Amino acid sequence: MEIRPIEFRPILASLRKHRIPAMLIVLEIALACAVLCNAVFMISQRVNDIHLPSAIDEQGLVSATLRGTDDKLVGSDIPRNLAALRGIVGVQQAAITSSLPLSHNNWGWSFGTSPDSALANRKNINVSLYFIGEGGDKALGLHMLQGRFFNADELADSKFDTAPLPETHVVVMTRSAAENFWPGQAALGKTIYSKPYYYTVVGVVDDVLRPHVYTQNTRKSYDAVYFPMSAAGSKGALSYYILRGAPQDRDRIMREAEQKLADLNPGAVAKGQTYADIREKYFADMSSMAWMLVLVCVVMLAVTAFGIVGLTSFWVGQRRRQIGIRRAVGATRGHIMQYFQTENLMLTTAGVVVGMGLAFGINIYLMQHYEMSRMPWYYLPGGALALWLLGQASVFGPAQKAASVPPVVATRSV
Amino acid sequence: MFAYYLDLALRSLKRNKVLTALMVLAIAVGIGASMTTLTVMHLLSGDPMPGKSATLFYPQVDPDPNPAVNHHPYDMMDYRSAVDLWSAHRADRQALVTSSTMRLTAPGVNLPPLMMGVLSTTADFFPMFDVPFQYGGGWTAQDDAQRARVAVISSDLNNKLFAGANSVGRTLRLKDADVRIIGVLAPWRPSPQFYEVAGGNYAAGQTAGFYGKPEGVFTPFNSMLDIDLGGFQPFTCWHVPGADLRTAPCVWMALWVQLDSAAKVSDYRRFVADYAAQQKALGRFVHADNTQLRGLMEWLDYNKVVPSDVRLQTWLAFAFLLICLFNTVGLLLAKFLRRSGEIGVRRALGASRAAVFAQCLVEAGLIGLLGGIGGWMLTMIGLWLVRRQPVEYADLVHLDGPMFLVTFALAIVTSLLAGLLPAVRASRVAPALQLKTL
Repeated sequence: MEIRPIEFRPILASLRKHRIPAMLIVLEIALACAVLCNAVFMISQRVNDIHLPSAIDEQGLVSATLRGTDDKLVGSDIPRNLAALRGIVGVQQAAITSSLPLSHNNWGWSFGTSPDSALANRKNINVSLYFIGEGGDKALGLHMLQGRFFNADELADSKFDTAPLPETHVVVMTRSAAENFWPGQAALGKTIYSKPYYYTVVGVVDDVLRPHVYTQNTRKSYDAVYFPMSAAGSKGALSYYILRGAPQDRDRIMREAEQKLADLNPGAVAKGQTYADIREKYFADMSSMAWMLVLVCVVMLAVTAFGIVGLTSFWVGQRRRQIGIRRAVGATRGHIMQYFQTENLMLTTAGVVVGMGLAFGINIYLMQHYEMSRMPWYYLPGGALALWLLGQASVFGPAQKAASVPPVVATRSV
Repeated sequence: MFAYYLDLALRSLKRNKVLTALMVLAIAVGIGASMTTLTVMHLLSGDPMPGKSATLFYPQVDPDPNPAVNHHPYDMMDYRSAVDLWSAHRADRQALVTSSTMRLTAPGVNLPPLMMGVLSTTADFFPMFDVPFQYGGGWTAQDDAQRARVAVISSDLNNKLFAGANSVGRTLRLKDADVRIIGVLAPWRPSPQFYEVAGGNYAAGQTAGFYGKPEGVFTPFNSMLDIDLGGFQPFTCWHVPGADLRTAPCVWMALWVQLDSAAKVSDYRRFVADYAAQQKALGRFVHADNTQLRGLMEWLDYNKVVPSDVRLQTWLAFAFLLICLFNTVGLLLAKFLRRSGEIGVRRALGASRAAVFAQCLVEAGLIGLLGGIGGWMLTMIGLWLVRRQPVEYADLVHLDGPMFLVTFALAIVTSLLAGLLPAVRASRVAPALQLKTL
């Protein structure tokens, strides 16, 4: 078989005659490329956010909140409720806490690392506070990396006085929080301050998300600390009963826990939720945005493809006679196919070159005006490849139609 | 002449159905996407108090004693500043606003207790924000002063507890206190829930929460201080607060004022500045010159209330419309130039360039109209999808009259724009050359 070099010059000459439609295709492809790169990048960021890891046993966890309780009675009510919840079949651990990761119920505070750090100190680090009762580490499934969880005395003695900070001197923090307070140093035994309160780190746990996450800044999303809290001194801050069981039992455990809490506390409002639901709800709008972006990308590529099909078909129709002449003087079907495919490749290449520049520019703009990070470089060639493939796929049909023009056309109506 | 062009356009569109369908579809999809996002944008960025927003203002002072310069005063006020400014009654109307969540039961109604958002405010709230009543009315300044145990409830809560009946005179238990219902609101859904907007600059663009529904219960602020002072949450604090938020180094209250003339606005601005200066003289403030009096719309802008996802979607949709536009230009060009022979005949028979141009534009406009109908249907589908999204503003989303008209206007303008260049090209067809090849 004879292999001929691809001829660019005749194609260029012909495109020069159809300057405006050619330019339109190039522009359309450029814009599609730019939007595609950025949209796919946004989708990937949202997918990352939705799957932000959190080192607790999310699959087996059930939360049952009890709100509107009487602060004076919680000292006896909480142990009674916990005992009843432990009686539910399949519950392996039960404990109480003030909030859960991704629950939106955030209690934030700023601490510093020097003894004179006051609340308003601008160098302080803002963290989310979790107050947790006995057995909370086991119920959540916290991974202790260094040190220890709170001992029985610390749990029993910690209480709220008038301030929203606990009357205790111990704290357990996440690995990220420890790293942010003391970069590159061991946190164990060090102290955080918010004058006149101070807390010494007795343990470091693997990263647990905050109740409210900063989606584009995963480093800050893990700045959380745990304080011990007694039921009697909790002043209503402890309202999340957490139950751990096997994942297949969680829906039943959730319903039974809600019922049990409602029965035991007729004056309060009980609500059960599996932790999987809490995560899903938290990211629901994000996942719907991601799906919307997917939809836009698909429809946009379809429209672009139809545009290429339409215009190439028109060109084929317009050039029937020329194709016939080429066929009559010896060009094979393959040569005609190749002509249109090469033409499309040239147009698409011009489009993606402009498109990659545009994609980069849009990304810079979005970084300045929206909460967006820099797009990794490989999105650009990725988008280019997608449009090359799309162009070749859409030109295939019209090119085949062109190749099937019989040489006899050349002899007619000349 | 127009009727003739329309007839020609219809014939031409019928001749190549696939190409016509492609163009109509491209415009419809582009219009559908951009109108869906534009409608959401229009609803979320609109004026929640049309006709009145220009008279509503949000004063701010800076009670932070930290000598380091604050660039902006806090988004809310401390108890003392807010109550001082409110009780001076220097505006035409003024209302304190702060909210909390508490347990609610209705004696005599067989429903389990609810956790309910309660707005603590003052008498002027209802007339100032034109809040509509179904039954009864708001409370008076006297009720505020006497710490009356009264409440106004939303129409949603009235439907839930009392099946929509007139519940004025009935009792609600908020936490452990009984309050008497004196008013039931008609459905009221300001977008955004502007009177509680604060902290938008710290939300990282996730501001959909500003579009939630108003609280279920409205009670006098002073009464709520007695009922559940501990239920109020600080917005932010600059020192560790004690038990009583009234004396705490925290901001947690908003003040809205109504000022009916420009002179009153400048007077009130001076009044707030004077207050800050006086507080500095008393040693309570450090930053006396850091006061603000923003109008309602200015305050919403400052808080960037429109969620960044919505703004991004709008950009995306218009980029998409632009792609559809390029597409249509290409296809129209193909379509018109394919008819060069026909155009040549018309020109030879005496049609002017302008006539050919007009004929082509009529055809493009017709495609736009068809695309507009398709786009309108796609917009309805798009909005239906948005209503099913788990976002606070989902129930607000609908296509109103102006946006319905914008849909068709946008479709026709887009198609005319798309038709412009192809029409110029078609009108330049040289008749002789075309006739020769026939």
